[in-house]
Amino acid sequence: MNNTLKQTPTTLWKCGKCGGELQRGSVKASYLGNDFVVEELKCLNCGLVLITEELALGKMFEVEQSLEDK
Amino acid sequence: MLLMDQDELKKQEAKCTQENPPACTASCPIHVDARKLMLDIQNQDLKSALATLQKKQPFPGIISRICDHPCEAECKRQEAGPAIAISALERFCVKNQTKIVKAGIVPPKSQTVAVVGSGLRGLTAAYDLAKKGYKVSLFEKADRLGGDLWNFSDAQLPPEVIVEELSVLNRLNVQIHLNTAITQQDLAKLQEEFNVVYLGLAAHSDEISELLGEQSWIDPVTCATPLPGIFSGAVVGNDSPIKSVADGRKAAVSIDRYLQGVSLTASREGEGPFETQLYVNTKGISPLPAVQMNDEPGGYTSEEAVQEAGRCLNCQCLECVKACKYMQEYGSYPKKYLRQIYNNDTIVMGMRHGNKMINSCSLCGQCAEICPQGLDLGETCKATRESMVSKGKMPPSAHDFALRDMAFSNSEEFAMSRHQPGHDSSQYVFFPGCQLSGSSPEQVEKVYAYLREKLSGGVALMLRCCGAPADWAGDQTLFQSSLEGMVAELESLGKPQLIVACSTCHSVFREKFKGVVSLWELMADLDLPVQGAVINGSILAVQDACTTRNEPIIQDAVRHILTKLGCKIEELPYNKERTKCCGFGGLTSFANPELAKKIIEDRISESTTDYVAYCAMCRDNFASKGKRTVHLLDLVFGTDLDKAAIRPSVGFSYRHENRAKLKRTLLHSLWKEAPQEKDVAYLTVNLELNERVLEIMEERRILIEDIQQVIELAERTGRKFINPDNGHSLAYFRPVKVTYWVEYQPQEQGFVVLNVYSHRMEIVEESHE
Ligand code: SF4
Ligand code: SF4
Ligand code: SF4
Ligand SMILES: [Zn+2]
Repeated sequence: MNNTLKQTPTTLWKCGKCGGELQRGSVKASYLGNDFVVEELKCLNCGLVLITEELALGKMFEVEQSLEDK
Repeated sequence: MLLMDQDELKKQEAKCTQENPPACTASCPIHVDARKLMLDIQNQDLKSALATLQKKQPFPGIISRICDHPCEAECKRQEAGPAIAISALERFCVKNQTKIVKAGIVPPKSQTVAVVGSGLRGLTAAYDLAKKGYKVSLFEKADRLGGDLWNFSDAQLPPEVIVEELSVLNRLNVQIHLNTAITQQDLAKLQEEFNVVYLGLAAHSDEISELLGEQSWIDPVTCATPLPGIFSGAVVGNDSPIKSVADGRKAAVSIDRYLQGVSLTASREGEGPFETQLYVNTKGISPLPAVQMNDEPGGYTSEEAVQEAGRCLNCQCLECVKACKYMQEYGSYPKKYLRQIYNNDTIVMGMRHGNKMINSCSLCGQCAEICPQGLDLGETCKATRESMVSKGKMPPSAHDFALRDMAFSNSEEFAMSRHQPGHDSSQYVFFPGCQLSGSSPEQVEKVYAYLREKLSGGVALMLRCCGAPADWAGDQTLFQSSLEGMVAELESLGKPQLIVACSTCHSVFREKFKGVVSLWELMADLDLPVQGAVINGSILAVQDACTTRNEPIIQDAVRHILTKLGCKIEELPYNKERTKCCGFGGLTSFANPELAKKIIEDRISESTTDYVAYCAMCRDNFASKGKRTVHLLDLVFGTDLDKAAIRPSVGFSYRHENRAKLKRTLLHSLWKEAPQEKDVAYLTVNLELNERVLEIMEERRILIEDIQQVIELAERTGRKFINPDNGHSLAYFRPVKVTYWVEYQPQEQGFVVLNVYSHRMEIVEESHE
């Protein structure tokens, strides 16, 4: 799930907790007992991970659906 | 639990006749696919037409010119005009398209066959066996091949065609011995020299008696004679060319089996003409006269042929498919679907590509009603869902939302049971169901008041969900426990008689609770409320709920009420036992929202008249796509009908709210109980939702409550993202299995919601604090 999403709108977001910039970093994701490591935008201080609408309804949804059919 | 074994699958598959051949093919002794031939001709693809003929006819140039066409006597077109001129069209094909020489013969075999006689039987057997690789020798007493073929007029069967067509035998390396009459003595020699001898002669003919003597008994099924390795024609006489061809072919099949050492008799039912089981509905097909030939001896011109072939009905069943959007969606028919479902259910490793298909059926039972054999695809889909759930293979996203909705309705928020105020026992209990309560809570109040007025002995009220969503989702454990909950509630009320407003509830309770009665049955017998709507003979088309398919009493009661109200009734093309589902049944709208939309569009386009529905979901679904639809209760209680007909569908969030409010209102007004307000912080979060956001919420199945929880948490903990350019906040919360995201902007009075979305995958955050 190496996403190659356009980054223009997402980089606008800052961490609301510490005000820090978001950076790409590895994140653990899991669904129906399947674990992956993916690269997502997150606050390196607070650990908050940003999942954009495009990702949630696009690639992520596709992966969910295919795991459900496995 | 395995849903169905191979035997059950076969049994179900056998019910679907769609793959049975059309009448023309079945009655053709060698099963020429005339239906395909007609399509080839219409497409003006004579190459393909010839290939279609050649697939079954050993010498198409000959057979197509002389066939006595028993197929035409069975052609279905005769139910609307004369039979298709199949034979004349075959002649047209072979006259206008020269033969295609096919390459690729099977590897030669060492076994030898002697064929005696080169009439149609002998020629066919020699051709079939040579094509299978056997070494064939053909013995003919005359000085040329063909026997009786030479008796046809030159106009019908030109000599050069005979010569040309039979030359294929040379290419197949058949050894031809002309001027070689076979006597009884010769036969013994042939028997020694060849593995098999075939006497290509009519059964009971003088020649056969001479050759076989006492042993001239012939098995009509296998063409075997009492003499080992000797086969013979089993059809009497030579008056039907096509029967002679079939006779030779039957012998060739037997000889091949004999030489391979397998059973001569096993499964031979499919050979020769038979009566097809294919159902073909010819109702409404307008008669068309046969296309006449401008030049009779010359046969059809290309134009005439295309026109005549165009009269072919392309015989198929597909009765159920024509009526069901779901079946159309997947582009096939039940026989194929059953196999796909079975394969999906028995898969051990790999992708279950059929999941969505199985979850998209409305389980409405229309197919069973329409299919001449009563095949119920919905039953199989439902059983498969149960199997999927029990194996833990049901995709969670398919029914999760609907089941949570059901859980809400069976929670403290909505569920309750009370005797009628002032009573401590009940003769009846009114069960409005969760959908009517969610869509029109005020109607529920009115009906309850009406029933209390009309019925004596106490009418209790029970609010909850009947459990249908669990049943449709294949979750039998949940469904059974929901039913048990019902039983307990009913017992606590002293087992009163159930009165249900929703036909789905009725269909769920029908088996379990004897005596359950539909509100409409009751109303048809009682006096209607005086405040009924002023209708003045306006016409309404009735949408029968699909769960009343087998309940003519309810359907009649509804019509009775409409008539009493002064309504004129229009019957939709698919009504009563053939009615169509509105897209809610079987949870189609949750598992496959796109399909549900098509189902609604299809149903509402059946008539331009306003509809009347007696199920809240039917009404809301049709109204959501702009169809003017009233609920029967709108008529009964005299609402402003113009407003009622265009009242928009109630969204998921407000369905919850309506149910909860109904309970609070009734508890307060009838039972004087102080409603317990839920004391949860997030409920005080004030939201501003515009049309667009509400639409997105509906589509993405996100509730107001979900949004409130996200914002409450984000604002309390500060865990959110901020866009410094516009001041928007973006935050998420995962109550259980779904993560909800909300983009919003704080305002003085609350929060403007700008966007919402969700995902099911879980992101595991490492805490850094
Ligand atoms: S109605 Fe449908 S299931 Fe029944 S035979 Fe025809 S195609 Fe098959
Ligand atoms: S209408 Fe066409 S498909 Fe049907 S029986 Fe006649 S030729 Fe065959
Ligand atoms: S049960 Fe209803 S939706 Fe399902 S296949 Fe049959 S007719 Fe179609
Ligand atoms: Zn931070």
